[in-house]
Amino acid sequence: MPSYLFWLFSTVMLIGGAAVIAFRNPVASALSVVTCFVGLAGLFIGLSAFFVGVIQILVYTGAVMVLFLFIIMLLDLKDEEKRAKSLAPVAAGLGLVVAFFVQLIGILSRSPNLTAPALDNPVLAAAAAGFPQNSKIAISLNQGKLPDVHLIGHTLFTQYNLPLQILGVLLLVATIGVVVLSKRQAD
Amino acid sequence: MDLLQIAIIITKIIVLTFLVVLPLVPVCVYFERRFSAVIQDRVGPNRVGIPLTLLGFKKDFHFFGLIQPIADGLKLFLKEDFTPAHVRKVFYWMAPVLTVVPALITVCVVPFGSPISLFGHCEKLVIADLDIGPLFVFSVASLSIYGITLAGWSSNSKFPFIGGVRSTAQMISYEIALGLSIIPVLMYFGELNLSNIVQQQADHGWLLLPLWGHDADHTLTSKLLFWFPAAIAFLIFTISIFAETNRMPFDLPECETELVGGYHTEYSSMKFAMFFMGEYAAMVIGSAMIITLFLGGWSIGFGLDAYVAKLHIGDFYFGGFIHMGCFLTKLIGFILFFILVRWTVPRFRYDQLMKLGWVVFFEAALINVFLAALIVAAPELKTAIIGIGAVLLVVLTAAVIWVAKVSEETPKVLRA
Repeated sequence: MPSYLFWLFSTVMLIGGAAVIAFRNPVASALSVVTCFVGLAGLFIGLSAFFVGVIQILVYTGAVMVLFLFIIMLLDLKDEEKRAKSLAPVAAGLGLVVAFFVQLIGILSRSPNLTAPALDNPVLAAAAAGFPQNSKIAISLNQGKLPDVHLIGHTLFTQYNLPLQILGVLLLVATIGVVVLSKRQAD
Repeated sequence: MDLLQIAIIITKIIVLTFLVVLPLVPVCVYFERRFSAVIQDRVGPNRVGIPLTLLGFKKDFHFFGLIQPIADGLKLFLKEDFTPAHVRKVFYWMAPVLTVVPALITVCVVPFGSPISLFGHCEKLVIADLDIGPLFVFSVASLSIYGITLAGWSSNSKFPFIGGVRSTAQMISYEIALGLSIIPVLMYFGELNLSNIVQQQADHGWLLLPLWGHDADHTLTSKLLFWFPAAIAFLIFTISIFAETNRMPFDLPECETELVGGYHTEYSSMKFAMFFMGEYAAMVIGSAMIITLFLGGWSIGFGLDAYVAKLHIGDFYFGGFIHMGCFLTKLIGFILFFILVRWTVPRFRYDQLMKLGWVVFFEAALINVFLAALIVAAPELKTAIIGIGAVLLVVLTAAVIWVAKVSEETPKVLRA
């Protein structure tokens, strides 16, 4: 990823994140979260993770945040706009940020300064050797492309098949639970 | 990246987005008005032209009303742009833009034709040849919900708000059916790149018309077997596109009889026109997606594509432009189909719409995924396993239908 694109998307994300807490209007805050997510998707796509970037937009921006916005609009939060800032929550928030920052610096200073391998033809061709010949993944790796969707699918369904199924069942249980709870009828 | 490449990309963006897709919007409006007139046994707009009678001639010169869209556009441009005092200004201004822009961004992954080449330089007729085509279209198109929701909310009056809320619920519900319905298609092609999907259809027959290009990997039997899940997917996808673009019979967000005009009641002039531009652009892109995934995209079919791709004058291979013509013909045909449906089918009730989305299409698409998986995997499985799979599929289908039936039997009294 060219560095100017990285700076562009990071700036978009930071502005979005700052705007979330700066705005008094909840709808404006929700839209700032959307901006932040779009910037994050841009960063993912810049790292050649097209699938993750697009799913980021599809799921979080296109569905989750729309529902947030929906609820905020239906609740019509008026008193949120008027509330004055009190010192204690701001101080607590700042404390959290500082703690997180210290931790981050601690981790970054200890991790070795590795540069990611460039995704050029020899690297990709070497990676292709790990897959059966004539499979779609091997063919496009040999052509110098990164088949990220196929790779994610391959990893999920071979290495993490059981956890994936368990997660699926868990989500199903949660969904059915919500339906049962919200549709409980009077006897 | 050198300057030539950037110039080519910018040319493609300008030509394909602003000279091909955007002019299709007024064309749609013209078709909408003339075609509805034909259906209702009227004449429709046919007068706009050069008023020669003013100059003493006997007859006006009109172009069969073809200039009507220009007159419409001019009217909307010149109208007073009125902003009501009670609206939330920033969001009110942002909403029309948020409906148009995502629709136009999605143009960038639609393959308009086969590659053309000049002086040995080959160029694909697609702005960005992404490997995640359909997902990109869905994700960016899902952003246009914000435009409609914000328009309804920022207008700060009741009917637009109800329109916006209806639209949000409708689009989120049908996005699920939309996404699930194309999974069989993606499984069959093993590919998310729209250019490659169309190329495969050109070589081995369209998904819904698999009658040519048979070989060992693509036998006629396997293709005909896959025709059934493909047809179900096509039905669900097409109807969901109707719902996603807020077209009749699902245009409840702007249902005139209940909501005045829906989410755009408080809008006037060009801002109002931008909502319509967004809606028609979404319709054009939706049709383009249906054609690309199911009806062969730019392919002419019947094994003629390889021949057309070889046509050239000297070093200039122009087959791509013929394919583009074919694509646009199909596109306009599908747009006419959209208009035909709008003026034929009456509007659904809101609960019927939600039921269709959640109870019928969601389940049908899910079962269709299993059916397609069984058919795709069948050649590599033993007969016994195929039999067990088929039995399971039938049991699953029966269970789903039973649950759908039971859930609607008695109206339940909810606790207050």
